Amino acid sequence: MSKQEITLSVNGATHELHVEPRTLLVTALREELGYTGANVGCETARCGACTVRVNGDAIKSCMQFAVQLDGAEIETVEGLAEDGNLAPLQAQFQAHHGLQCGFCTPGMLMTADTYLKDAENPSREEIREAIEGNLCRCTGYHNIVDAIEATLTEGAPTNE
Amino acid sequence: MYANDFEYYRATSVAEAVELLVSNEGAEPMAGSHGLLPRMRTGEEAPPVLVDINGIDGLRSIEETEAGLSIGALTTHAEIARSELVQTHAPALAVAAQAVGDIQVRNGGSIGGNLAHGDPRADLPAAVLALGGSVSVTGPDGSSSIDATELFHGDFKTEVGDHEIVTAVEIPVAANTASTYVKYRNPLSGYPLIGVGTWVQTDDGGETIEAARVAATGNLVRSMRLEEVENALIGSAVDKSTIDAAVAEAAVDEELYRQDPQASAAYCNHLLAVRTAEALDTVLAIETN
Ligand SMILES: Cc1cc2nc3c(=O)[nH]c(=O)nc-3n(C[C@H](O)[C@H](O)[C@H](O)COP(=O)(O)OP(=O)(O)OC[C@H]3O[C@@H](n4cnc5c(N)ncnc54)[C@H](O)[C@@H]3O)c2cc1C
Ligand code: FES
Ligand code: FES
Repeated sequence: MSKQEITLSVNGATHELHVEPRTLLVTALREELGYTGANVGCETARCGACTVRVNGDAIKSCMQFAVQLDGAEIETVEGLAEDGNLAPLQAQFQAHHGLQCGFCTPGMLMTADTYLKDAENPSREEIREAIEGNLCRCTGYHNIVDAIEATLTEGAPTNE
Repeated sequence: MYANDFEYYRATSVAEAVELLVSNEGAEPMAGSHGLLPRMRTGEEAPPVLVDINGIDGLRSIEETEAGLSIGALTTHAEIARSELVQTHAPALAVAAQAVGDIQVRNGGSIGGNLAHGDPRADLPAAVLALGGSVSVTGPDGSSSIDATELFHGDFKTEVGDHEIVTAVEIPVAANTASTYVKYRNPLSGYPLIGVGTWVQTDDGGETIEAARVAATGNLVRSMRLEEVENALIGSAVDKSTIDAAVAEAAVDEELYRQDPQASAAYCNHLLAVRTAEALDTVLAIETN
């Protein structure tokens, strides 16, 4: 089928690309544009490893065709750090051992980062619910919830 | 597996979308793609042409009308769940929208797509049926309305025509009413094994049930109203014995359940009775112990 020309803004940079209509957003990000942060796990919108932000909302990028998002603003995990410094949430994941193999981490961070934008004093239960669309095979989630909670209460980790 | 190759068109108006559906054999509309894409992946569907309707302005809003609420077809589950208008006037729909998948899926899927997909497991149909809702559709012959009771044919088929676009979902609003949705999740898929939507209207004193609608979704062949349960409620007093009598009617014939080796009809009927009781306890505000 004829390729479509689309424009995607990724972490503020504008990209024009030609894609087959059936190209998934995650494939376009990884293979066409080199943003390999979003991982491909299940490809069926279950695991959340491919989560990115689209126009401000967390979305599983394996469940969208790139053509649907012509003109959209995409944010990926690569855009979280500023000037080479980990964002507070990322630093808290590090401080609390919120990752082991790290495969789920980019998606987990994008879901949690989006959630934190308007979370007010959530309980641990609410934090768990907020990340229910992201599976982690390693950590058992406790440390991830700790990291998210700590970001809310103290921002970046305080030096001990 | 890759989705099948397809021809892609982006419509910028409802009229253009209808025109594209008419002029392209086998064309289907595409909203959030969260229903289409998984089925294209497995080969269960292979539409040769997709008409993307996401670029159509004016289909993504929640408005109060004279009759109630009008919700644009492209409004996402997340937007519906957090809408104060929906929470206030159509609580069953807010609860059902919040029960869909997870936050990413709720940001991706639309109410129009959820209803037009005709997936018998979907959550929103039970809420829309219980609330007495309808969908507005536009096709080559103009616009019309389809009542929710006519909408779901089962097996991913609906009353929406091949060349029609769902533009909005209409929910009537009336005084002295309460509604809710109760879901028992299939732990594997996240979809409801059984979901029950309930709506009741009482007299001014809140003593007698004047009207009631109860609907179920999940492992059924299609989302459906439970008329026996409704009949047990209508005209009865707001009390525990009414709920008991209604719950006793909450059973569906075996052939109306899909074959599922993990969940027999008897088990599903048990879930149906328990969830119906829970839903009725909530809408009739009766404490259980
Ligand atoms: C991992 C996952 C979990 C999910 N969990 C749940 C759940 O728990 N409960 C639940 O209810 N749903 C669930 N869903 C479904 C999802 O939430 C959407 O409701 C569903 O995918 C359909 O909405 P859509 O906007 O994505 O439609 P699409 O996938 O774009 O379209 C679905 C169908 O509807 C048609 N269509 C779409 N919009 C219109 C329109 N305006 N007019 C006419 N036809 C139209 C399309 O042609 C297609 O046939 C889940 C989906 C995924 C991927
Ligand atoms: S790869 Fe997208 S959710 Fe698993
Ligand atoms: S750290 Fe390995 S899957 Fe989460």
